[in-house]
Amino acid sequence: MIAVEMTVNGQPAAANVEARTLLVDFLRDHLKLTGTHRGCDTSQCGACVVHLDGRSIKACTLLAVQASGSKVLTIEGVAPGTTLHPLQEALREHHGLQCGFCTPWVVMSALDLLQRRPDPTEQQIRDWLEGNLCRCTGYSGITRAIATAAATGTTRSDNS
Amino acid sequence: MYDFDYLRASSVTEAVAAVGGTDNGRFLAGGMTLVPALKQRLASPSLLVDLRDIEHLRGLTIDGTSLDVGAMTTHAAVEESVEVGRAVPVLAALAATIGDPQVRNRGTIGGSIANNDPAADYPAAALGLGATIITDRRGITSDTFFAGMFDTALQPNELIIAVNFPIPHRAGYAKFRQPASRYALVAVLVACTSAGVRVAVTGASPCVFRHIAMEEALEENFSPRALNNIDIDAAELISDMHGSSAYRAHLVRVLAQRAVAAAR
Repeated sequence: MIAVEMTVNGQPAAANVEARTLLVDFLRDHLKLTGTHRGCDTSQCGACVVHLDGRSIKACTLLAVQASGSKVLTIEGVAPGTTLHPLQEALREHHGLQCGFCTPWVVMSALDLLQRRPDPTEQQIRDWLEGNLCRCTGYSGITRAIATAAATGTTRSDNS
Repeated sequence: MYDFDYLRASSVTEAVAAVGGTDNGRFLAGGMTLVPALKQRLASPSLLVDLRDIEHLRGLTIDGTSLDVGAMTTHAAVEESVEVGRAVPVLAALAATIGDPQVRNRGTIGGSIANNDPAADYPAAALGLGATIITDRRGITSDTFFAGMFDTALQPNELIIAVNFPIPHRAGYAKFRQPASRYALVAVLVACTSAGVRVAVTGASPCVFRHIAMEEALEENFSPRALNNIDIDAAELISDMHGSSAYRAHLVRVLAQRAVAAAR
């Protein structure tokens, strides 16, 4: 067992884990942060996207020990309490979700995009969504929601 | 995934000694290939030596004639670098085609080159631009580095420190993506370098290779048309569920022509 410690959503988190423990399992099983989903488990679908030191990554393809010493932001840390982040509001407004399984990646991935490109074109948004699967929406609502959130200019999350 | 020991090395010396002290220890860079291989039990190392804390393995250095990319530099860092975009735009453009944004945030040039996947992008960049792979003990020219499928000239505990790219006069990269994996079904990098024209092909055969007949034709006339009558031998190329060798041979010519047209 190996000791890991990291900051998750602004809070310190520590545990002893097997070296082979994936970050997604550490978040879900040890910290009970189940908003990060284990989808395909093969880096294809993106349901497990979280931020590691401010960058979006797939938590199913990272060992928890690799994240030790880092800052992790999950969907639970994006907005306080029952308040929605402007991007979450925009997803609701534009029907950017249906079943909701992939929605955590939509939010975490799009926040990374908007931190780097505050005013993306539609093509840049669509290119960015590659590597993340949504089987309900056909992406149009998601694309519109991200464009809307970008237009409000309040997309930076506090904890990243 | 089988369990393993994990060590976070703080120096190259420590990392090399740690892997050298085991039968099948492995270096861990971004983990975008190694972690999936562990999960599928295609790899079962006794020890993983994580390179993330070795700061000088990361970063981009440009002097007048060459670009040094540290082995732990991510694809995203290359893609986003204004300096790389100015000095070797083909490299920034190539990095932007790798995987998806989350993969590019983790994957590293050293990991990609050490892995030498037959369909990876960076081997084409290294071979096409005539790079030198700098390790903890020597410099290896790209012409001798890529030895075969997933095989390189690296010794078992030899660690890539950086990849040194001579800045080309102009170069272009054209890639036909396998849409599910986002690896190259075929991709071609064409470069005009001070050592002449170089053409590197990835995705088409078990190992990245140079196409000498194309290089000679482009040396005489650097235009897409110069490749119209070059013979592309399908016999040496991969055939699989994604494309026959004849299809890949066709792509090699078309993509080489597009790479020439895109060269800047």
